[in-house]
Amino acid sequence: MRRIAPLGLRTRLIAAFLLVAAISAVSTAALTYQQARNAILKQSQDTAVSTLRDLMDQQSIQLPLDQQQLQRIVLDLGKRGQPHPWIMFAEYGTLRASTNPVQPTSTVITDKLRRQVSTNPHGAFQRVEDQRGNPYLTIGMPAVFKNNGAYEPTGAVFFVVMPLDAERTTVEAMVAAARQGAIPGLAIAIIPALLAARSVLRPVRDMRRAAQRLGRGHLDTRIEVRGADELAGLARTFNETARALEQSVSELREAEVRARRFASDVSHELRTPLAGMLAVTEVLDEDAGGLDPDTAAALRLISAETGKLAVLVEDLMEISRFDARAAELNPDDVDIAEFVTKTLERRHWSDGRVVTDLQPGVRARLDPRRFDVVLANLVGNALKHGDAPVHVTVRTEARPEQGPDAGADPAAGAGTGGAGTGGARLLVEVADSGEGIAPEALPHIFDRFFKADAARTRSSGSGLGLAITLENVRLHGGTLRAANGAGRGAVFTIDMPLEVES
Amino acid sequence: MPRVLLIEDDPSIREGVGLGLRRRGHEVSAAETGEAGLALMTSFHPELVLLDLMLPGINGVQVCRRIRETSQVPIIMLTARGDDFDIVVGLEAGADDYIVKPARTEVIEARIKAVLRRLADPAGGRPDVDVHGGLSIDRSGLTVAKNGERVPLAPSEIKLLLHLSASPEQVFSRQQLLEYVWDHSYHADARLVDACVRRLRTKIEDPDSSPRYIQTVRGFGYRFGPL
Repeated sequence: MRRIAPLGLRTRLIAAFLLVAAISAVSTAALTYQQARNAILKQSQDTAVSTLRDLMDQQSIQLPLDQQQLQRIVLDLGKRGQPHPWIMFAEYGTLRASTNPVQPTSTVITDKLRRQVSTNPHGAFQRVEDQRGNPYLTIGMPAVFKNNGAYEPTGAVFFVVMPLDAERTTVEAMVAAARQGAIPGLAIAIIPALLAARSVLRPVRDMRRAAQRLGRGHLDTRIEVRGADELAGLARTFNETARALEQSVSELREAEVRARRFASDVSHELRTPLAGMLAVTEVLDEDAGGLDPDTAAALRLISAETGKLAVLVEDLMEISRFDARAAELNPDDVDIAEFVTKTLERRHWSDGRVVTDLQPGVRARLDPRRFDVVLANLVGNALKHGDAPVHVTVRTEARPEQGPDAGADPAAGAGTGGAGTGGARLLVEVADSGEGIAPEALPHIFDRFFKADAARTRSSGSGLGLAITLENVRLHGGTLRAANGAGRGAVFTIDMPLEVES
Repeated sequence: MPRVLLIEDDPSIREGVGLGLRRRGHEVSAAETGEAGLALMTSFHPELVLLDLMLPGINGVQVCRRIRETSQVPIIMLTARGDDFDIVVGLEAGADDYIVKPARTEVIEARIKAVLRRLADPAGGRPDVDVHGGLSIDRSGLTVAKNGERVPLAPSEIKLLLHLSASPEQVFSRQQLLEYVWDHSYHADARLVDACVRRLRTKIEDPDSSPRYIQTVRGFGYRFGPL
């Protein structure tokens, strides 16, 4: 299967699926963890605080305290730590007492806790970590006595430092459980992700193939509609579109075929009476001299118009052959300079009105009859619509392979080579010395029946000459361009392969 | 002036062409169908036949073949132009030339004259009978024999053979042959040369081997020999 993007639809679908699964797993785990952790810690905390408070209430303190008494109370409280054994510290003025004989003051009790304790008769607690990262619960509680409903501080403050190792182990076990649960969960989520991606992607892939087939011209392409979901709806729409397209294309084709056949039939039908008329026009012309002037003029008119009609019918036949793609190429080898000279001589254009610049000794493979028509048409047009002298330049050019129509002026250019854009090219330029082509007429110059001068609606030509010329050049795999030269009149440039493929 | 048999089903063309040619001094006999035309062949003895390709009943190609069975009279096809296929088929059936309809009488007459002139213009200065391998060409009698046996050739075929064999081993382009043999001065008809060469080959060459007398020089044209 050809990849259509660096990140295919399948990859993106699965990634999205996994992302959703991961987010839900992580958030669930995080919430659960937080709740459980808080519950565990709160429980330990509450137990410790209430235990200490109870113990403190039971303790009778006689003021002023001396070091000995302080030490005794500390030891007494230190033995009864709940839920874990704890370490007791006591501070009274400058006196310090501790259950840890080597350490009279704790390193983990913060100034913040001391401040809170001094303002709160019910004591305060804080969770801290020592330098090694071990968590501790520190509780501070002042020794108070009740005096007329108000608490009076005795000045003695007791601190409890209780390690939370057990809680930490429990929480860590929970994190590990969440992590170990999430990874297999994500792995398992890939399976429904793959299935979902497949079920979504298969219709999409079918549709892509169908669209490609449709693009290649198989208009009868349809998709099998499965189920009743949105993709099935899309498939149905696709089928309807394809059906509508097929129908309108076939209608268009039929209409086109009918139109072509009509043009061809009309020309054929016109040809038979014309053949008879044309055969006798000379009789009319010859006898016109002996008739009265009006009749003679009428006869000459009929004779001339018959000639024009015959040319028009021939041109129409030629055009309808091009349209029906029935025009054939009969290539032959010719010496191009000799060929051009003969074409001009045959039409009696070798009287100085046409100036040639021909590269000698070039042999080309082309259809002589069609190329003769092309040359004669361009030179004839140049003489009729432009002005003498007409310059005909023939040269060859070796050109590297390139895309069709590269660098061609889209407005004035016409005809695509298709085959053989590289290799040796034959370039023929026909330039006249007239006023050139009006810019607004330039894009339409190759249109059928186009007349550059609207006032001259009936020139002696059929109006099909350039269209036929263009078709002939195209048949040779070349292009024909019309432009206005610098300081000169119109310039027509033929660019075609030197060796046409037959 | 030559006697022309016109076989054409369409009355306007038949009468128009007939009128034009008669005015120019030709003796014209017209037939409406191929059968009628073939019947006239024996009674009228035309010197040239103008034959429409599309005819009711037996068509122009069949008429052409029938005429060729018994006669080497020059035949010009009148054809609906561009139907390349028809032209080639007509030429291969033995026609010497073709004219595209519609055509002026002067064009028709020029073609008639060109076809007829072929026979009246033998290549001069050569011995009357040339022998090339198994082929003997009688330049004054305008007959060709292959291994002693007479080969009936249409006028254009004789003219082509005479022209080629007058300068053995010289290569002639299609264009040159057209101009010498058919008197044509335009490019329309390289197919004429090819069709005529094909016909000539079937008559004078040994069918089993490659062409010996008339050889193709690819990209240039044809030549006679070397044997």
